Amino acid sequence: MQTTTNHAPILDAAHIPHVPPPVHHSVWGTAIRFTILTTILLGLLYPLFLTVAAHVLFPRQATGSLLLKDGQVIGSQLLAQSFTADKYFHPRPSAAGNGYDATASGGTNLSLSNAKLAQRIQSDIDKLTTASNGQPVPIDMLTTSASGLDPDITPDNAAFQAARVAQARNLSIDAVNSLIAAHTKPRDLGLFGEPRINVLELNLALDNQSAVKPADSLTR
Amino acid sequence: MTANGWLQFAIFSIVLFATVKPVGIYLAHVFEGERTWLDPILRPIERLTYRLCAVRPDSEMNWREYAFAMLGFSAVTLVFTYIIERIQSWLPFNPQHLAGVAPDLAFNTAASFTTNTNWQFYVPESTMSYLTEMAALATHNFWSAAVGIVVAVALIRGIRRTTSATIGNFWVDLTRTTLWILLPACIVYALLLVWQGVPQNLSAYTAVHTLEGATQTIAQGPVASQEAIKMLGTNGGGFFNANSAHPFENPTPFSNLLQMLSIFLIPAGLTYALGRMTRSQGHGWAVFAAMFVLFTAGFAACYWAESQPYNAIHGAAQSGSLTAPAGNMEGKEVRFGVASSTLFATITTDASCGAVNAMHDSFTPLGGLVPLANIMLGEVVFGGVGSGLYGMLIFVVLAVFIAGLMVGRTPEYLGKKIEGYDVKMAMLYALIFPLVVLSLAAIFVLIPQGTGVTNNPGPHGFTEILYSFVSGAGNNGSAFAGLGTNWWYNIAMAFDMLTGRFLMMIPVLALAGNLARKKSVPPSPGTFPVNSSLFTVLLIGVVVIVGALTFFPAVSLGPVLEHLLLNAKQLF
Repeated sequence: MQTTTNHAPILDAAHIPHVPPPVHHSVWGTAIRFTILTTILLGLLYPLFLTVAAHVLFPRQATGSLLLKDGQVIGSQLLAQSFTADKYFHPRPSAAGNGYDATASGGTNLSLSNAKLAQRIQSDIDKLTTASNGQPVPIDMLTTSASGLDPDITPDNAAFQAARVAQARNLSIDAVNSLIAAHTKPRDLGLFGEPRINVLELNLALDNQSAVKPADSLTR
Repeated sequence: MTANGWLQFAIFSIVLFATVKPVGIYLAHVFEGERTWLDPILRPIERLTYRLCAVRPDSEMNWREYAFAMLGFSAVTLVFTYIIERIQSWLPFNPQHLAGVAPDLAFNTAASFTTNTNWQFYVPESTMSYLTEMAALATHNFWSAAVGIVVAVALIRGIRRTTSATIGNFWVDLTRTTLWILLPACIVYALLLVWQGVPQNLSAYTAVHTLEGATQTIAQGPVASQEAIKMLGTNGGGFFNANSAHPFENPTPFSNLLQMLSIFLIPAGLTYALGRMTRSQGHGWAVFAAMFVLFTAGFAACYWAESQPYNAIHGAAQSGSLTAPAGNMEGKEVRFGVASSTLFATITTDASCGAVNAMHDSFTPLGGLVPLANIMLGEVVFGGVGSGLYGMLIFVVLAVFIAGLMVGRTPEYLGKKIEGYDVKMAMLYALIFPLVVLSLAAIFVLIPQGTGVTNNPGPHGFTEILYSFVSGAGNNGSAFAGLGTNWWYNIAMAFDMLTGRFLMMIPVLALAGNLARKKSVPPSPGTFPVNSSLFTVLLIGVVVIVGALTFFPAVSLGPVLEHLLLNAKQLF
């Protein structure tokens, strides 16, 4: 005769009232249904609704804060782009891709104890100090940003570059400085973050000021 | 350090403090099934969800059923995300025609998002299609956040209930958390982010001709919808590689403030919900106070370290000079500066968020130690949504146990006797984390596949490896991001994250089930009050001592050694 197993009492009719009813038909069934349902709600309806709402309420921001000049998209207000000519202000050095690559954001991730970083900074200090007759070099000119797309420079940085830009454009240093002052954004709510200057906006303003013909159409 | 930096911290803290009570009350309402002002819209959706998913909302689960449903659901979502990543090239919303993700990376990423870690071994803008971002990754951000919250709620119920076999219904908790808390908050929050400049579109990447005539391709996408849940659910997985440092994810200091607040919003509110649901508001505040003290200490240390003038912290001999308020700006954004960057770094690792607005890898040795130490302490300083609270409650159990040992009485916690089984579960929780972290880190510093992909030589390279496994098992997801990847890391990190999530949730639910079963005992003169400042001090002590005893040797080989050598002008 077969011995009674541990499972036998569950089949015993007398015990059935003590067994709690099964909570679900199946955990797996519910899990799969819940996954599909919430994917439709949270993965499609939610972002698509927001896409529509964003385009209605904030069309410029929703499409990447793109700046137009002469009907051409020349960049995003929020992203740094490469500037190397003397007549332009230069953004911070970039480690995004081969520099300012807006499809490969990122920093160098070099540690302060890495000789590579120390050498890079030292060589930049030497170059910049020579070019500026010994003026102290702002730290943000020497360091790569976290994103490699930092659109801003510090007021110190702008002041450091002002003489070069003024000379290249045949402008007075005062004219450049007042343009810098006009484009210096204070801390948000007077408190958060740091004062900053958007390089692309400043360069666009310079181009508009220097242009012989009336200012180019500039829309945002 | 500047007065402004401390003022930023102070204002942030005041705003956070102001949200705790209203958020906590709302959370408690949702979990207790009470009426809220969103009911007219959400009740019908809730009922429909239960009908379509075959859920019986009135039936309760014991802790085993609850755990099984939680694990089953997480497993299904993991497989689902893996499949979408693999076949994304055949699916819509892929304007860049990105290929399917490789198997090991897809598995790592699916595990990463299932566990609320959001560790990313890939560059999102060149790897993941819009559909993968929206339907797999952003959706996963909702799921994993909700799972974390419901486990905490189950534990609170376990504390509150007496002689109860059940701790709630997993599907009901999951549905209510998603519909009442995460989704409505994200809609409002995402629109605020768009207003600040975060894109939200489905367009192909935009090719632009720059002012100097070069071509720049600008990655776009449905960023804001993902950004909102990424922060609010303490997930932290970026839409872009640079995460919240990318101007499209975090365009202004104001959006940065919103992001920092949104990390702590639910975890801080949960401390109030704990007090409310256990009818012991003083205890909720005592837990909040312990968290706030540890938060302040972390910020002070990180802010101090990163504010050191560059010349002073750097080992290299320098000619030429730098402008005065130098600080360490390598890997930081100008709009945030040192104060907002270090505040963000502290918050994101206090919580299990792991979003970054500066590169932790380029922090000073001691500045980088703060995020690492925050995760090592168990991310119990507000912590991840849900996981922060249940992690802290584990330490609470240990704290009352230790207090009980001191006075020689059976410890009690809110009327429940803390017995052998409870302490075993708490210790299991506390030991799994260092066991998996230190074992994996030890293996990976010994094999060439582990050391071959570090970005920095010397002790910093060791810290990169250690940080990755700490961040993985802690389900944080921030990184010393210079660390590269290979098949070994993809698989080991997936194991690290899954262990750190689910193996630690099971003892929590077991504890919840065991506490729910117990009778309530009235407080006696020997009961250690858990709403006093003495308790807060004891709790902080337990958190710090457990963390320090566990990780000090590892930390001394990484950031501490690097700091000492850097002071001695030693570069690598």
